Amino acid sequence: MKPFAYTRPGSAAEAVREVAVEPGAVFLAGGTNLVDHLKLGVARPDLVVDVRTLTSREITDLPDGGLRLGAASTNSEVTADRRVRERYPVLAQALLAGATGQLRNAATTGGNPLQRTRCVYFQDVTTRCNKREPGSGCSAVGGYTRYHAVLGVGSAMPDPTAPETCIATHPSDMAVALTALDAQVQVLGPAGERTIPFGELHRLPGDHPSRDTVLEHGELITAVDLPPLPSGARSAYRKVRDRASYAFALVSVAAVVAGEDVRIALGGMAHRPWRATRAEALLTGGPLTEHAVAHAMEVELTAAQPQPGLEGGNGFKIPLATRTVVATLRDLTAEALR
Amino acid sequence: MTDLLQPRAIGQGLVRRDGEAKVRGTATYAYETPVDHPAYAHPVQAAIARGRVTRIDTSAAEALDGVLAVLTHENAERLASTEDRELAVLQSPEVAFRGQLVGVVLAETSELARQGADLVRVSFAEEEHDSELTVDHPALYKPDKVNPSFETDTAEGDVAAAMATAHATVEQTYSTAMVHNNPLEPHASTALWEPGAQVPLTLWDSTQGVHPDRAAVCEVFGLDEEQVRVICPYVGGGFGSKGTPHANVMLVVLAARALPGRPVKLALTRQQMFFLAGYRTPTIQRMQVAADRTGRLQAIAIDVVEQTSRIKEFAEQTGTPTRMMYAAPNRRTTHRLAPLDVPVPSWFRAPGECPGMFGPEVALDELAEALGLDPVELRIRNDPEVDPETGKPWSSRHLVECLREGAERFGWADRPPARHRDGDWFVGTGVASSVYPTMRQATSDALVRFEEGRYVVEIGAADLGTGAWTVLPQIAADALDVPVDDVEVRIGDTRLPQASVAGGSSGTNTWGSAITVAAREFRGKFGAEPRDGDEVTGSVDQAAKDTEHAAYAFGAQFAEVRVHADTGELRVPRLYGVFAAGRIINPRTARSQFIGGMTMGLSMALHENSVWDPRIGQVANHDLAEYHITVNADVGDVQAYWLDEHDPYVNAMGSKGIGEIGITGTAAAVVNAVHRATGIRVRDLPVTLDKVLGGLP
Amino acid sequence: MDAEISLTVDGVPRRLTVDTRTTLLDLLRERLGNTSPKKGCDHGQCGACTVLLDGERALSCLALAVAHDGAEVTTADGLATEGELHPVQQAFLDRDAFQCGYCTPGQICSAVGLLREVDRGWPSHASADLTADPQLTAAEVAERMSGNLCRCAAYAHIVPAVQQAGGVQP
Repeated sequence: MKPFAYTRPGSAAEAVREVAVEPGAVFLAGGTNLVDHLKLGVARPDLVVDVRTLTSREITDLPDGGLRLGAASTNSEVTADRRVRERYPVLAQALLAGATGQLRNAATTGGNPLQRTRCVYFQDVTTRCNKREPGSGCSAVGGYTRYHAVLGVGSAMPDPTAPETCIATHPSDMAVALTALDAQVQVLGPAGERTIPFGELHRLPGDHPSRDTVLEHGELITAVDLPPLPSGARSAYRKVRDRASYAFALVSVAAVVAGEDVRIALGGMAHRPWRATRAEALLTGGPLTEHAVAHAMEVELTAAQPQPGLEGGNGFKIPLATRTVVATLRDLTAEALR
Repeated sequence: MTDLLQPRAIGQGLVRRDGEAKVRGTATYAYETPVDHPAYAHPVQAAIARGRVTRIDTSAAEALDGVLAVLTHENAERLASTEDRELAVLQSPEVAFRGQLVGVVLAETSELARQGADLVRVSFAEEEHDSELTVDHPALYKPDKVNPSFETDTAEGDVAAAMATAHATVEQTYSTAMVHNNPLEPHASTALWEPGAQVPLTLWDSTQGVHPDRAAVCEVFGLDEEQVRVICPYVGGGFGSKGTPHANVMLVVLAARALPGRPVKLALTRQQMFFLAGYRTPTIQRMQVAADRTGRLQAIAIDVVEQTSRIKEFAEQTGTPTRMMYAAPNRRTTHRLAPLDVPVPSWFRAPGECPGMFGPEVALDELAEALGLDPVELRIRNDPEVDPETGKPWSSRHLVECLREGAERFGWADRPPARHRDGDWFVGTGVASSVYPTMRQATSDALVRFEEGRYVVEIGAADLGTGAWTVLPQIAADALDVPVDDVEVRIGDTRLPQASVAGGSSGTNTWGSAITVAAREFRGKFGAEPRDGDEVTGSVDQAAKDTEHAAYAFGAQFAEVRVHADTGELRVPRLYGVFAAGRIINPRTARSQFIGGMTMGLSMALHENSVWDPRIGQVANHDLAEYHITVNADVGDVQAYWLDEHDPYVNAMGSKGIGEIGITGTAAAVVNAVHRATGIRVRDLPVTLDKVLGGLP
Repeated sequence: MDAEISLTVDGVPRRLTVDTRTTLLDLLRERLGNTSPKKGCDHGQCGACTVLLDGERALSCLALAVAHDGAEVTTADGLATEGELHPVQQAFLDRDAFQCGYCTPGQICSAVGLLREVDRGWPSHASADLTADPQLTAAEVAERMSGNLCRCAAYAHIVPAVQQAGGVQP
């Protein structure tokens, strides 16, 4: 681990200023991902700016009936909050399906969505990775692709030497739920405050796979706002993984059903949480029969590109995603009938 | 027949003697040894799979304030023996596998050592490597022996002819994954080299045997045994990977010798353990099984293909259980190895039996299906009266009783029909047999001394969590005919009488036999009222040794598996095992051994898979987030039972080894249950949801 | 780079100069000689380093010491008081909920934290009803203890040990 300076400024604004002027500076909150990456050499900052105590840790009611999650609230505190559990079960379930009790006690609302991919090559500095080292290539193509993307990638087996190639997925469960909830991200930056719709926070790799989000250097998440859901809305998170607990998603589904409105977000499928907008459009207003849902997902996944690789690649994610969405919506609908 | 001990302390479920220290965390493991002013070591590894180091620039590391030394092949001392190429650290620029040690940085703190290692710049001349095991690899060869010294191939009768004429046959290929031992305590040591001292080298090492560990260090460094002391009171798990020393041990000694007088601490990182600490080879098992109409086996054959490293041979004896498990007039077993540019494979809990009870026990399930016969009944019908391999009678064999009792406890007779669905889950049950040979090592000594009213027993044994700290006093107490509280046992130090490795489930058998010899001799010499300081040393080779019987522990495992109808997720809510393993010395610690083995078998069945990336020549998922071992939520109702088995031949305790049998057969029971639940036969481990998803409705 | 911090470790106040890179785990083990928390993976993937950090279970390998100035740290060793084991420690002994013992101090700190979380009504992935008060069922304990790997696989004994310590008949 290379040495770094550490500072804990007096305010969030001060922290933003300190990071903005220092290209080698990073924010530290719960540390669960950053400290991991410091040891691996994936992150090599010159300056670590501790913001853990600088943003709000409160969960507060918003005038519109929504909730504001302070960026410093821990994942445990969010799941323990009665309002979250009662009004946003999809979020509580997503958080509880992620990591472990110890990690949730440390990880924060602001930090969790910014955790980086679990791609094994990204984490191994002896291999080529465009996300870690722009332009070096992608080792994942044709490699261990079990946890990699099938959506938002141009083709099966993209050119591993091309600087834009990246088939990594975003690992956060929380981010998938926040995508389905149409959450809003409150950001403080050197140029002031701005609000980013959660669905626009994360990027596809595009020409810059090293960039996970649209945040600029120095921008700090200060809160995440949950808009109110219509009365009678139901929501759920279903995570499919290789262990019964403490494993990243192969595929996950965040679903919200509110009257005619259906919202579906997928995890484990793409470089960012994947809002299944085509499926949603087909299902809105119609009956949520298994057949209709399966058909809508088939349409959603027409562009999916299974990635061949070791252990049979990741083509199984395509039927798995459909089956998991069908099951999740079936359960939500059955719940409604009770 | 041996003169069996009268069990008084034996059979008691005593609480672990080291328990309080372990629940407080005050038991000191190797790296934790309190020493003055230690230096910290961090390895530098090769980033190519084959080739040579062309340049190694240590200047930036050496310039770092707090770095004490940087050792590479250019400046490290020449070792006395480089015959074992795994252990010949920093002796040449050759790179034989990715992750091999090419240097080590010593510094005042662990942070500086790691930073220094990061600053060492290594250039390589890379050669083409070959690291992928295939069933028809062109370099496959027949090793002279398989681990440790079994015949490579055996044959009797004509398997092909039996296959051609039998009523029912199964011919399938099964495979098990590359798996890494991953004890929770990494491979770690503290080493101190004091040139002028009477014992110049003190090594606190996490090892399954202080004496074998010392012997290896002495060999490599050309030291006499009197010059080296190895200490290891506690081992944070080994599972075979600390049974033979790996390169890290030689590296820490090398480092200590470069810093005389200064203790050096070295712990492999979890990631490094996937390169340097041994692993189980992947196995490919081609099975042929034939039976007559009644289910009597006519032929059984296994042809095994595995890998070894190009620099050191390790041949897993995967075919050996097929040689003795069931009676069949026509039998064949073969082993072939592919020598690859890969890290050195080694022991992993039940080498041979663990992978070798997968293919055969699934094949039997397939055969039962083909015959329309209950798989429990099929096994019972093929229980041999004598060892098919040697013709010797069994010292004791109660597999049939294990199967029957297990079936009864599990509710096998009332098991749900095939492809039974319960809500969102398909439910199935499966069975498999377990086996492990009863082994005793040739050398181990124990000393018994009367000291201030108590009996002190000294032997350089190891407790890897197996319970030796607690079990050996129980044996000694009965051998001396005194209350167990009057016995103190000291283990884990080469200053104590020599002891064999804790491996092959042979520890208690071997050490207990030596203790019994010493205790009986002590009583014979000093009577019931010894004087302070009276002492006697006994040796295992003085214990009665039976060679007329084939000695094995047997067991039967039953698994209930649930497969999610939508997602294919797999759960094992129930896993029952019944074992016949001779007399159980401590039921409390024994139960932990059995359920621990079974649960590790469950882990092998559903999770464990070191995904080899042959393009770069390393395990892709080389940490504990991506290499999955079973977590608590994966485990349901795991129960272990045992028969009250009396074996008069094995040793004075009447006990067989229990450390490894629990992991044998488990994966087959799970796979067989998955088939019952879904109709899908998975023949390659682990069973993951993608392998069943396509077959679900 | 160095920084000065204060910590209370198992009830003893400490004032220390630390490298900014030093984790709480390495500080405890290599600086303070408190080796009760263990290093199993050093990346938050095994739970062996679990301690109670200001009362909550935490992974000391992922906590930079410098970021926890003023914190109160309790290790498994600190749970035992005046020769008396903590009820969770006693339950682990009673149920033989370990073998090699390396993951055990982390398991025990995790269990102590877990019992407090259940007392406060925190839900888990195993809670069928997110809004109900959780019960200390085997499934709840197993899920909540899943952040602590045990390679000896004593899980089937750990669950009843935690239930016993929590006052529930396993």
